[in-house]
Amino acid sequence: MKQALVAHPDDTVGTALHELAAGDAVSAVVKGAGSRQISAGEPIPRFHKIALRDIKKGEKVLKYGEAIGTASRDIGAGFHVHVQNLESDRGRGDRR
Amino acid sequence: MSASVKLRGYARPTGPHGIRNYLLVLPTSVCSSETAVRIAREIPGSVPLPHQHGCCHMGEDYKQTLRTLIGMGLNPNVGAVLIVALGCEGIQPKDVETALRESGKPVRTVVIQEHNGTLGTIREGVRVASAMAAELAAQEREEFDISELILALECGGSDPTSGIAGNPALGVASDLLVQAGGTSILSETTELIGAEHILARRAKDKHVADEIFRIVKQTEDRAIQMGTDIRGTQPTPGNIQGGLTTIEEKSLGCIYKAGSAPVLGVLEYGERVPEEHGLYVMDTPGQDIDSITGMLAGGAQIVVFTTGRGTPTGSPIAPVIKLTGNGDTYAKMIDNIDINAGKIIDQGVSLEALGKEIYDEMIAVSNGKLTKAESLGHREFGIFRIGWTF
Repeated sequence: MKQALVAHPDDTVGTALHELAAGDAVSAVVKGAGSRQISAGEPIPRFHKIALRDIKKGEKVLKYGEAIGTASRDIGAGFHVHVQNLESDRGRGDRR
Repeated sequence: MSASVKLRGYARPTGPHGIRNYLLVLPTSVCSSETAVRIAREIPGSVPLPHQHGCCHMGEDYKQTLRTLIGMGLNPNVGAVLIVALGCEGIQPKDVETALRESGKPVRTVVIQEHNGTLGTIREGVRVASAMAAELAAQEREEFDISELILALECGGSDPTSGIAGNPALGVASDLLVQAGGTSILSETTELIGAEHILARRAKDKHVADEIFRIVKQTEDRAIQMGTDIRGTQPTPGNIQGGLTTIEEKSLGCIYKAGSAPVLGVLEYGERVPEEHGLYVMDTPGQDIDSITGMLAGGAQIVVFTTGRGTPTGSPIAPVIKLTGNGDTYAKMIDNIDINAGKIIDQGVSLEALGKEIYDEMIAVSNGKLTKAESLGHREFGIFRIGWTF
């Protein structure tokens, strides 16, 4: 089965270790904490992020157990998490 | 402490051994850079350091440029220095020469305005430099302990494999060096934004933790002052194409390079690494070439550089070992990349095993094995500026 690597048990995203097509069954492997199965909601390039659960707009997105930014729209479980729905909170001169 | 490892390198009158033995042809300014390149072209074993700086800097920017040029001359991989000056530039050759002489290394200066222009300076420079190069060529390697080694940690053209495979594996190698009594430098302050709280927890005391927060805030404030979104600059377009979305995500992957050792101190750009061996953080930009220069000016003899997207860059005075956590990139850029850490993802090789492979390669390269960047003649060099030109 295709795999996604989850760096920390608290994470809300995993890294797709294979290129994913919509509907692919994905085993999300949490380092040292087993795995669970999710379904890819859309095509996701290799090494890009997949949402492990539904993420609400405004929610911090967690990878490595840490915030990597804020969801800029609702993200469904299994969907691609990237610049279209995740924003950096740091170094934002445009928000000055 | 892990087992002591003996390396073979070049003794210097003061300071650690070098693992290369270059005659550095060092221009004090952009105005003397072309002449320095011409002189070095005539001398086997020499390397020029052309740059765009050296005049009309002010304040901290002037000090940083001077410190960097002197630091490159002081680097243990440099056996002797020929300074090539115009004569009237802000970075005065006597200031560079005085600082380099304190190291006990052979140092000579030629000045374009005193040697009748380009041709006279090339003639005099080649005459002086060929004698210096002959001395260096006769020097033999001798045994020294790996604890003298200073490792520059760098990452560039990152992708998500950098945080999963390349950087954690390099962190294992960095820890092995520190356990053997050596020194390692984490750099690229931009790529600490969003991860500084984790690194600060590893600081040896509150002062060092405060310094980590201070340099990150200073860098973030500089970015915010530009009035635009940092995305597209950090992460770069290639980082984003590879799957990194935010600077926070990039930073959290970056700091794995520094393994798990405590942070002993925070160094200015190009500052000499202190006597106490262990892990340091140096305040450099995320731009790879400028960042590596800072660490070499601080005394690092060897660079290990992780990449996801692939990058060819080397250094004029130090071996740069490239590794990637992305097996596809390794296959595509095998001319440029020394170690395939994609085996961690593709073949289930452990981080520990890959870290040991990196450490063993560092030993081989220290003893004289050429890296791919060296074999291809990559000598990229740049100095980080922090002020306007006047």
